Amino acid sequence: MAATQALRAGAWRVVELLTTPLVPADYLDVVAPLRNREVLRAKVVAVHPETDRAVTLTLRPGRGWRRHEPGQYLRLGVDVDGVRLWRAYSLTSAPHRPDGLLTVTVTAVDGGAVSRHLLAKARPGMLLGLERPAGDFTLPAQDPGKVLFVTAGSGLTPVMGILRSRSLSDAVLVHSAPTENDVLFRDELRALAREKSIQLVERHTRADGRMQPSDLETAVPDLAERHTWACGPNAMLDELTGHWAGLGKAGQLHVERFRPAVTATGDGGTVTFLRSGKAVESTDGAPLLEAGEAAGVLMPSGCRMGICFSCVLPLREGAVRDLRDGRLTTATEGDNVLVQTCISAAAGPCRLEI
Amino acid sequence: MTTLQRKPVNPVGHLTAEDVEAIGRELDAIRDEVITSRGERDAAYIRRVIKVQRWLELGSRGVLLFSILPPAWLVGTAGLSVAKILENMEIGHNVMHGQWDWMRDPKIHSTTWEWDNASPSEQWKHSHNELHHTYTNVIGRDNDLGYGIMRVDEDQRWHPIHLGQPLWNFVNACFFEYGIAAYDLELGKNLATKKRRKSPQFKAGVKQVLRKIGRQVTKDYVLHPLLSGPSFLHTIAANATANLVRNLWTHSVIMCGHFPKGVETFEKTSIEGETRGEWYLRQMLGSANISGGRLMHIMTGNLSFQIEHHLFPDLPSNRYQEIAPRIQDLFQRYGLSYTSGPMPKQVGSAWAKVFRLALPNRRTALPAVAPEREPVGVA
Ligand code: FES
Repeated sequence: MAATQALRAGAWRVVELLTTPLVPADYLDVVAPLRNREVLRAKVVAVHPETDRAVTLTLRPGRGWRRHEPGQYLRLGVDVDGVRLWRAYSLTSAPHRPDGLLTVTVTAVDGGAVSRHLLAKARPGMLLGLERPAGDFTLPAQDPGKVLFVTAGSGLTPVMGILRSRSLSDAVLVHSAPTENDVLFRDELRALAREKSIQLVERHTRADGRMQPSDLETAVPDLAERHTWACGPNAMLDELTGHWAGLGKAGQLHVERFRPAVTATGDGGTVTFLRSGKAVESTDGAPLLEAGEAAGVLMPSGCRMGICFSCVLPLREGAVRDLRDGRLTTATEGDNVLVQTCISAAAGPCRLEI
Repeated sequence: MTTLQRKPVNPVGHLTAEDVEAIGRELDAIRDEVITSRGERDAAYIRRVIKVQRWLELGSRGVLLFSILPPAWLVGTAGLSVAKILENMEIGHNVMHGQWDWMRDPKIHSTTWEWDNASPSEQWKHSHNELHHTYTNVIGRDNDLGYGIMRVDEDQRWHPIHLGQPLWNFVNACFFEYGIAAYDLELGKNLATKKRRKSPQFKAGVKQVLRKIGRQVTKDYVLHPLLSGPSFLHTIAANATANLVRNLWTHSVIMCGHFPKGVETFEKTSIEGETRGEWYLRQMLGSANISGGRLMHIMTGNLSFQIEHHLFPDLPSNRYQEIAPRIQDLFQRYGLSYTSGPMPKQVGSAWAKVFRLALPNRRTALPAVAPEREPVGVA
């Protein structure tokens, strides 16, 4: 066993030397981009429009994909006008699909470069960058009993991923969309309701107005007894969080945000990226992550909203402000303070090690 | 050639300080225009070049497995030579300049790229991007002027050792990749004193170079030949030839960039407090283009647009050709000479200089009275 392993390692080393200064996978990419273990990719195999503003992509993940848990998201790297941009999308497919394919549903965001690009340009055969699934908007393994899902717009997607993966004994879904035509997966949801897999409450906000916590109380009288998962715009989630706290049941509410809840602004300053030798003037309070990306620096990133810590970089000198709560972090020369670049903006000149 | 500051007639003497800044503004505008219009078309270009290069290399190395057969040897060697040239010039050099960093593709990025050359990317980027592109053609600052081993300007002091420089230059051309590695290590300077030789930084640099050379040599002269079994020796010869062809070619292209007739050099003191406009002007006068067709441009890594490249080192290489007419027009409007010529002529001109300057200056060429110095422009 050890001998074969040593042999394989040796053989691999030879292959690596054959392709130096590149790596073998660089040549493999030319022929079979999905087989590259070092760079995970996905290929679009089908594109299916859901509404005028949403499209479902069926993806074949490359080697190295790890099975997800229902409710998790993945990140796609999309080349928009030649620039690779990464965005997170909730998985809407069940993890153990026999064909091994995944689905995500992309809804057009106003001013959203990636979503609009995918809506207009996604075609079967298109290659996308892919990152392994992440996120903790998931249900416990054993039956959670009485549950409530509160979603709005594209916030339905992680819940759809959950509903397609398992049956729940007592689930209520309260979903809001501007009009009936905007309800994602409408037929499928109504079918689930008909066969009593879920209780469905649809709200069309253009006609009925936004769902307030009080409306929710009326629609779901046993709300306080239910474990609740909510996903949608920040304003809605903030209201729900407040309401649940008021009920003294904050622990029973799980929320998934698509965007960080920004409350502060940076003061701006020159951001220097030490190893790349680049510097940018940041005046608009944009996160350091975006400032670096705009300058062409290869910034590490993940969720882009302060959760996953993949974007952390050492701040060598300077001051940054946390966009979520306005907290100031400073470093003086010789320091090595780790900061999350996705939710920190320059608060004066700062120097980052990258 | 004499540094611009000592010329009897200053080629920028007719420009006012205001003119120089106006040139700078025009160039900045061209740059901004290209930057805002970078997009899918450019990304597709570099990806296509990389794809073609990889297929060509794989194919050629495949053919060379049978290099014992003369036709296979010829085809494989030719293909590998072209692949190596493409890799060094249109891909490696330009990627390492950060021309494609805006794509945010970690596989095509200046911080991750390693090229098929003896000099490690990191060291090359320092000596090339930081030193040569900043101090372009400034005597005593830009080591690319003669690589520290040759006299390429009348203003560099003559020494009997320069008598041999045509030979040094030829040897350097044949082993150019090693020349670059030695040069990036600043071998001459660093070997000079014991203290320098012992400096940990220099030692680490040497180690890095030796490792890189080790891998390169193992690949080209051990593993690929072994793979080709009975063609072992033929594949060694083929790979050596491809490396030689690539070395001679890149050396010629580089010589064409800054050595031919018409290119200006500058004095060390002239760049103190240089404005942006003056910096641009120095790049405009310190470089020369090569005229030719599409294939020529690709094979030189678009360094045939050396002037455009020096003005905007980090713009995507496929754009130089597109902006060249506008740059030429700018030269014309401001009465400057845009140096360009076909490759044989430029290479000839560069070599002529190497031969001429192997000998001390002929005194009669200098005017008896010191020329009037112009207060503006690059001065
Ligand atoms: S990208 Fe996830 S924490 Fe910053």
